[in-house]
Amino acid sequence: MKKKEMTIALAGNPNSGKTTIFNNITGARQHVGNYPGVTVEKKYGDITYKGYRINVVDLPGTYSLTAYSQDEVVARDYIINEKPDIVVDIIDSSNLERNLYLTTQLIELEVPLVLVFNMSDMVEASGKTIDIKILSDLLNAPIIKTVGHKNQGTEDLLDAAIKLKEDRYNKKIKIKYGEEIENEIEKISKLIESKNILSGRLSSKWIALKLLEQDKKVIGQVKKETGTVYLEIEQEVGRSIEHLKNILRDDPVTIIAESRYGFISGALAEIHSETGTDKVSISEKIDQVFTNRILGLPIFGLLMWLLFQLVFKVGAYPMDWIDIGFSKLGDLFTRIIPEGLIRSLVVDGIIGGVGGVIIFTPNIILLFLCIAILEDSGYMARVAFIMDRLMHKIGLHGKSFIPMLIGFGCTIPAYMGARILENRKDRLTTMHVNTFMSCGARLPVYILLAGAFFPQIAGNVIFSIYVIGIIVAILMAKFLRATRFKGESAPFVMELPPYRIPTFKGILIHTWERTWLYLKKAGTIILAISIIMWILFTFPMIGENFSQDYDGEIALLEQSFESNEITEEEYEISITEVEAMMGAERLAYSVAGRTGRFVEPVFKPLGFDWKLAVASISGIAAKEIVVSTLGTLYSIQEADEESESLMENISKEYNPLIGYNFMLFTLLYFPCMAGMAVFKREAGWKEMWFQIGYTMLLAWVVSFIVFQIGRIFI
Amino acid sequence: MKLSEVKPKSKCRIIKISGSGNISRRLLDMGCNRGAEIEVIKVAPLGDPIDIIIKGYHLTLRKNEAKDIEVEMI
Repeated sequence: MKKKEMTIALAGNPNSGKTTIFNNITGARQHVGNYPGVTVEKKYGDITYKGYRINVVDLPGTYSLTAYSQDEVVARDYIINEKPDIVVDIIDSSNLERNLYLTTQLIELEVPLVLVFNMSDMVEASGKTIDIKILSDLLNAPIIKTVGHKNQGTEDLLDAAIKLKEDRYNKKIKIKYGEEIENEIEKISKLIESKNILSGRLSSKWIALKLLEQDKKVIGQVKKETGTVYLEIEQEVGRSIEHLKNILRDDPVTIIAESRYGFISGALAEIHSETGTDKVSISEKIDQVFTNRILGLPIFGLLMWLLFQLVFKVGAYPMDWIDIGFSKLGDLFTRIIPEGLIRSLVVDGIIGGVGGVIIFTPNIILLFLCIAILEDSGYMARVAFIMDRLMHKIGLHGKSFIPMLIGFGCTIPAYMGARILENRKDRLTTMHVNTFMSCGARLPVYILLAGAFFPQIAGNVIFSIYVIGIIVAILMAKFLRATRFKGESAPFVMELPPYRIPTFKGILIHTWERTWLYLKKAGTIILAISIIMWILFTFPMIGENFSQDYDGEIALLEQSFESNEITEEEYEISITEVEAMMGAERLAYSVAGRTGRFVEPVFKPLGFDWKLAVASISGIAAKEIVVSTLGTLYSIQEADEESESLMENISKEYNPLIGYNFMLFTLLYFPCMAGMAVFKREAGWKEMWFQIGYTMLLAWVVSFIVFQIGRIFI
Repeated sequence: MKLSEVKPKSKCRIIKISGSGNISRRLLDMGCNRGAEIEVIKVAPLGDPIDIIIKGYHLTLRKNEAKDIEVEMI
């Protein structure tokens, strides 16, 4: 027998335990995608239950279904356009009054509704009782009690959904908005019906209600679908709003919202038997310390310090193992593939490139683990509460603080961490300025250059670069907010949910799905870019076109070694030198090297020659590669940031001004290709190119000014 | 008086919400309707935003938004 199909959509307030219920229903059988055209996460899964294949969609958590935020638009559009068989509204039982506000709007949409009173244990523990039977009648929807974190009531929920679908229960209830408003709704809906437009999909009453509420989305849609008739509707709506304002002395939006709250308190008045003990809950006690006027900031600082230590210090161990693993893998392929292009492609191009990205996985896992714990426990909202004053001053949101902090470790998880910001402008501004928080990969470049040019005060010089980065981030955030992301910033009106112990399952799922996104999407693009970078640094091959007869020199050296004219040590050193010089010439001959020479005129006004240009280009792959490229260019094998011979070479070639300027340049231009792949994933192509373009321009302009002014004094 | 002027640890009731469409809509969605009772709990360590209890839950909002809420003390 073929299984019957049905779709249920989970709606509910943020912090109502909706995601936990979703996890309980679907278990591991869930997927994450994006709603078309927006960055709102779409989570869905399926389960086979009592002869049904049930598709479950976890809608974004919202407090309302107006078109106030992207999340609300997405949730409403899904319910209207995809017509799920059942909408399950997850409600925090300890906070009925506000949670039921969304319910009233679902009732207005006339969708088959199952109400889930989650966290019912909390209510019972506090001594309150809810008469579910009466409330169920009043709201005309089955009510199921669940305890999400104990996985209680999940089957009851599914049973109720199936029963509702099979019964096709269709008795409608009405929310009363008062006579005046209802008269106007009647008038507008009659007009809509008489024109024979917009029929079928939505009730004309609902459209009339939304028009009175001046819902931008609905107005836009009606305009599009009704064409010339719209003018007539618009006039009628305008007249109604004026009329209502006159007699009610208030905006219809307010009156309608208040009628919904009136309906709710009416219903609750009939069932709620409150016990008067208003105990201070555990959550309140925690907050007396955690958001305390004096203790709040130090505790916050300590927690952020712990987070940073955990992500980067603890993460350093598995990173080492991955590093060793990939170099072992490289060695293995060096042994099995004969010397030549294929080996170079596999070992230097693919293993080197992809390994350089996989190595950040421990950071990503740990970061998202921390974020999941902070979010699920309720502390994330407190982070915003504590930091908002500061972050708001520079045009960001309280929650921006965490991605900014993470940026000092690695920009990639920082970009992904910006997801905690719901408002698009806040999120994009945070992402666009994050790159100026000096990431860990830039540190080797600073160490090398500061060590070469300012050996006495290297620490201070590096610190100054970090500080400049922060200042640039603040200025750019203000600038972007005033220009590209102008407009009303999201009002800061946010729930401080009660502290809760996060569920193990929830955190694991959360961490895993984000890590997987990183590995999958970034991994595929990075493989492609790694190969491209390898080609650029390898072709065209120099062949026999070396400026000197290196092979002859090597042969000579071998001869002298065999005839014992030089010691083995001398021989090794000389061979290394010759090979290094060959490497430098090969690089100079390649597309990358030629590009460096070609773009040299652009870099000249910054004081950079073609070698620094090539090093900058290689930094696109990953900033720390700047060091090894400089090593190759200065014919030093196995160069790292502490290589003294490399420091000596570059300090001979350039003056300290150029050295400092190159550090600035490295700080300012976009982080790396892996970062850009993630940026594209998070924000789309357009924003990615904007990030690349404006950071390069900024890097150039700042370096230009510093060099041109600086050289007057030298 | 305005909600932004109410001292912590005191209770008040909403009389009117002014402010632009987006903000008043958001406030309504979060339970700030006329007649709703508010208890101001505390001010954030840096002086803004504030933490209030409304409809039995904790809500935080900037003083700038709280300015739009007209209240009477109870």
